[in-house]
Amino acid sequence: MSRGDVMAARRAAARAALKVMGAALASACALGSSAAWAGDVQVAVAANFAGAFQKIAADFMAATGHKVVSSSGATGKFYVQIQQGAPFDVLLAADDETPAKLVAEGLAVKGSAYTYAVGKLVLWSARPDGVGQDGEAIKKGQFTHLAVANPKLAPYGAAAMEALKALGLLAAVQPKIVQGDNIAQTFQFVATGNAELGFVALAQVAAPDKPAGGAYWLVPEKLYTPIRQDAVLLNKGADNPAAKALLSYLRSDAAVAVIKSHGYGL
Amino acid sequence: MSPEDLNALWLTAKLATYTTLILLVLGLPLAWWLARTRGWWKGPVSAFVALPLVLPPTVIGFYLLVLMGPQGPVGQLTQALGLGRLPFTFAGLVVASVLHSMPFVVQPLVQAFEAMGHRPMEVAATLRAGPWDRFFTVALPLVRPGLLTATVLGFAHTVGEFGVVLMIGGNIPGATQVLSIALYGHVEAGELARAHALAGGMVGFGFGVMLLLYGLNHRRGQALRGLAGGTP
Repeated sequence: MSRGDVMAARRAAARAALKVMGAALASACALGSSAAWAGDVQVAVAANFAGAFQKIAADFMAATGHKVVSSSGATGKFYVQIQQGAPFDVLLAADDETPAKLVAEGLAVKGSAYTYAVGKLVLWSARPDGVGQDGEAIKKGQFTHLAVANPKLAPYGAAAMEALKALGLLAAVQPKIVQGDNIAQTFQFVATGNAELGFVALAQVAAPDKPAGGAYWLVPEKLYTPIRQDAVLLNKGADNPAAKALLSYLRSDAAVAVIKSHGYGL
Repeated sequence: MSPEDLNALWLTAKLATYTTLILLVLGLPLAWWLARTRGWWKGPVSAFVALPLVLPPTVIGFYLLVLMGPQGPVGQLTQALGLGRLPFTFAGLVVASVLHSMPFVVQPLVQAFEAMGHRPMEVAATLRAGPWDRFFTVALPLVRPGLLTATVLGFAHTVGEFGVVLMIGGNIPGATQVLSIALYGHVEAGELARAHALAGGMVGFGFGVMLLLYGLNHRRGQALRGLAGGTP
């Protein structure tokens, strides 16, 4: 081939590639806009509940044939994303304030919010001797870093700060606090040993299928406001049968058993 | 701006300055070597330097977190040296930024050294200039536009860093809460007015920096071509 032929061939190939990409993009847009194909439900899940929800979602899909697509993260982040039109049908929050605010702002269906789990806070170390009797490690200050979820964004972080205040330790440990963006990152700071101690959810360290190891102290529930985790049907899911089915499945005995086995109260 | 945000601004400027200075000290000899060598090492080293361009910052953040942690080799080394551990510290962010911003400093320098060619150094050698003398009085002035690009890009890229810091920083005001992280926190917390102030400021900064860079390099670039006798 001459140089000119090569250039022409290259241009043709580039045009073909562009066409394919354009077609793919167009079909992706079409999929996105067609208000979820029958039986799809998009769920925003608080990071602490991600493990339990994986099991529940699998059972729900097997039982009903609906398809669950879930994203996990900080409840505060989901709140802002939902305000900006994020495509979620259901929010499983880590608190009861966010669902209430969403309902008040007209972004979620009135009367659909209910408490699906009550979270429990633990002080956790990845080392079996890292916590001590009744969490004495934190009282003695035997650590360099204490991981806490960002209290502005994550209810478990706010609960941890309350507990620290109630224990009279807040001022002493403040300089040692490192903040996780959400409870999952907080967990990972402790799991990698970068923080010797951290406040995480009982559900993260005591999951029946994969206990996290190390040692934990169950923080007495009188030290912090109960972490009531509410579920709510968002406006986008108001007419989605799969979303409603998921919310009613979440109240079923089977789902409640899974929730309790993951270390939540109800 | 609130004191917290000002703190983040100051911290970001400090991080970018340290990172850029360290990268220039490390990057100049590295780029010089990469531009001159014909050894088989050139390929692997160039590829390694360029890695941060193609890797998600989360990959770097993840490896650094594991490597610098208590069980990681780097973490054990820093602990054995009595330096403590690097994650959640300002020093840790500097190390991470140096790795992450390296291609933005090294690559412009390599290109500049290559464009300069061997001639100016050979001529200087015939005039009995020693190797150091040649490097500082001939090579460096000739690659000034490349040096400027490297400095500005290294600084600006460090200011714009987010993923790595998110993963190893721990969001500590005054130590690791840089501008991009503070902004992320504001957005997540729904404090959109404060987020706007930071985001707008950063857009202005980025645009200003690039404008300055293109403006200066346009003029200096022509000067370089004139000096180096028509190299591309």
